[in-house]
Amino acid sequence: MWYLCVFFHRLLEYRKSEFESLAGLFEGRGGATALEWRLPEDHHPDSPFHFVNLPSDELAVSIASRSILVKGIYELWGEGGSFEELEESIKSYPDDRKLPYISPGSTFKITVESFGKAISSEEQKDRMHKLEFISFKGRVNLKNPDHRFCLMANNDYGSNNGLPSAVQMRMFFGRELGGADRKILQTYELKSRKYLGPTAMDAEIAFLMANHAQVKPGKLVYDPFVGTGSILVAASHFGAMTMGADIDIRVVRDGRGPECNVWSNFKQYGLPMPISLLRADNNLPPWRSGLKEIFDAIICDPPYGVRAGGRKSGGRKLLKGVIGPYTVPDDKRTDHIPSTAPYSLVECVHDLLDLGAKMLVMGGRLVYFYPILRDEGSGEPTFPEHPCFEMIATCEQILSYRYSRVLVTMVKVAPYTEDIESAARAQHLEFRENHNKWMEDGNLHSAVFSPVDDVNVNGSGEKFSSKPKYRGKYV
Amino acid sequence: MRLLTHNMLSSNIKGVTNGFPLLIEAVKVVEKEVDFNEDFLKNMFVKVEWKALVEASRTLGYTELPESAEASMLDSDEFLRKFHHALLELHLEDGALVCPETGRKFPVSKGIPNMLLHEDEV
Repeated sequence: MWYLCVFFHRLLEYRKSEFESLAGLFEGRGGATALEWRLPEDHHPDSPFHFVNLPSDELAVSIASRSILVKGIYELWGEGGSFEELEESIKSYPDDRKLPYISPGSTFKITVESFGKAISSEEQKDRMHKLEFISFKGRVNLKNPDHRFCLMANNDYGSNNGLPSAVQMRMFFGRELGGADRKILQTYELKSRKYLGPTAMDAEIAFLMANHAQVKPGKLVYDPFVGTGSILVAASHFGAMTMGADIDIRVVRDGRGPECNVWSNFKQYGLPMPISLLRADNNLPPWRSGLKEIFDAIICDPPYGVRAGGRKSGGRKLLKGVIGPYTVPDDKRTDHIPSTAPYSLVECVHDLLDLGAKMLVMGGRLVYFYPILRDEGSGEPTFPEHPCFEMIATCEQILSYRYSRVLVTMVKVAPYTEDIESAARAQHLEFRENHNKWMEDGNLHSAVFSPVDDVNVNGSGEKFSSKPKYRGKYV
Repeated sequence: MRLLTHNMLSSNIKGVTNGFPLLIEAVKVVEKEVDFNEDFLKNMFVKVEWKALVEASRTLGYTELPESAEASMLDSDEFLRKFHHALLELHLEDGALVCPETGRKFPVSKGIPNMLLHEDEV
């Protein structure tokens, strides 16, 4: 059955993939879920209004209530380009679908909303009264009604705020089944988080990552770059058991004191503590060789060298090559702090894919952020691939004039074997050679922070045509 | 550090053939309550190396786990509770994990194991 899905007008590229990930979660299906979507007449894909085909009301409610970006999902009773058309449409909607919700003894509430144009409360009341032809027999209850209805209008707002104008206004009237509970964003907002680090994940994005990873109670989620635990907090809120590792022991073990560390972040919200936190190097992981297919999801934000650089084990020996092995005298061993070497993004992501290929269960998801430069010029950005994984979604979030980060969602479709390991290595080397000249070591950092003149501009100066003007960090 | 974690870790020092399981030197052991989740336990049971878990739990002072276990035992609530306790509620706060081949100690402090290798172990 077709439902009207109204999204919040933000993080546009995340909306449908979040919706589809949640559909897969509640239907119990692994792999990718492709739903049927349709746009209302004359609407632009960036519009908040979309029709989606779902098998049941239950699924619609489950998806909407767990989501972060679905403002509301409605059983559509009518639509039209004018009030007259809308009235006709509602009148022709089958009575047996309407009667149960307007019966005497039930309570209801109607909300009037307008996208793209503010309307006064006078105008709202006016529109509400025009709906009197629907003979509501129940009583109005504004606080806690049995049934909620919404009269929505998508307006012709001109091209002032950058959105292409709808050719004409369109109105929708529907019975609300559910919508996102965005109160959790306020509960978990970073502003009031006890222990923060410079790259702590924004609460809204952390929940989106957990939804893309299909987190649910009883699952085990791992973050190999846990930092202050902001991603695990979101996973824990949705009921998962969590585990995290970081190469920097000060962040993981000490924090900023006994009341201000990763553990206190979980205590703050009454969430179960992570099962384990450890200091480990993702490049040389401490797992036993027989261990595999243990994590249900791996969700992380790897260091890309822009605001936080990655490190791996090795230190001077790897840096200079010629110097003989640096041997630690026995009496200094206990307190020795091993030096670390720079860890390029490409190698980091390769190790992450390798980790996922071995340690994710079949059908488990790998969800991580990958940075891209916005002036790559020629066509679509490319992402690292791995024979064990199928790409599900890429959601871009523009961070600045020059770079974005993309939330990559992949699902494990093939078990890890030795053959796969060599194929993966080959793919990694090919990717590194051909696609990542900008990403190696310092280059991403300088590309982002150097003055505009230094950046390589191709002759025409026309660089960022791919995304519409209103796209910014939160849209 | 919980025994579930211990069951996943090994000493991957260059040259070591089998760094699992790590021996435990317990200085401070704590018991922390964790919510009981049957599905999670059943999923983990398949992944766990049972002998290593039993050994480790004995080192931490818990002797209730049977020497060997099979999937059919998961139906018993009593067994599940013991499994839950050993896997998730026993906590090594301070001590070390010792490589069975080289004797190298991986310190555990404030419950966090430091598995980082030194430059010459890489």
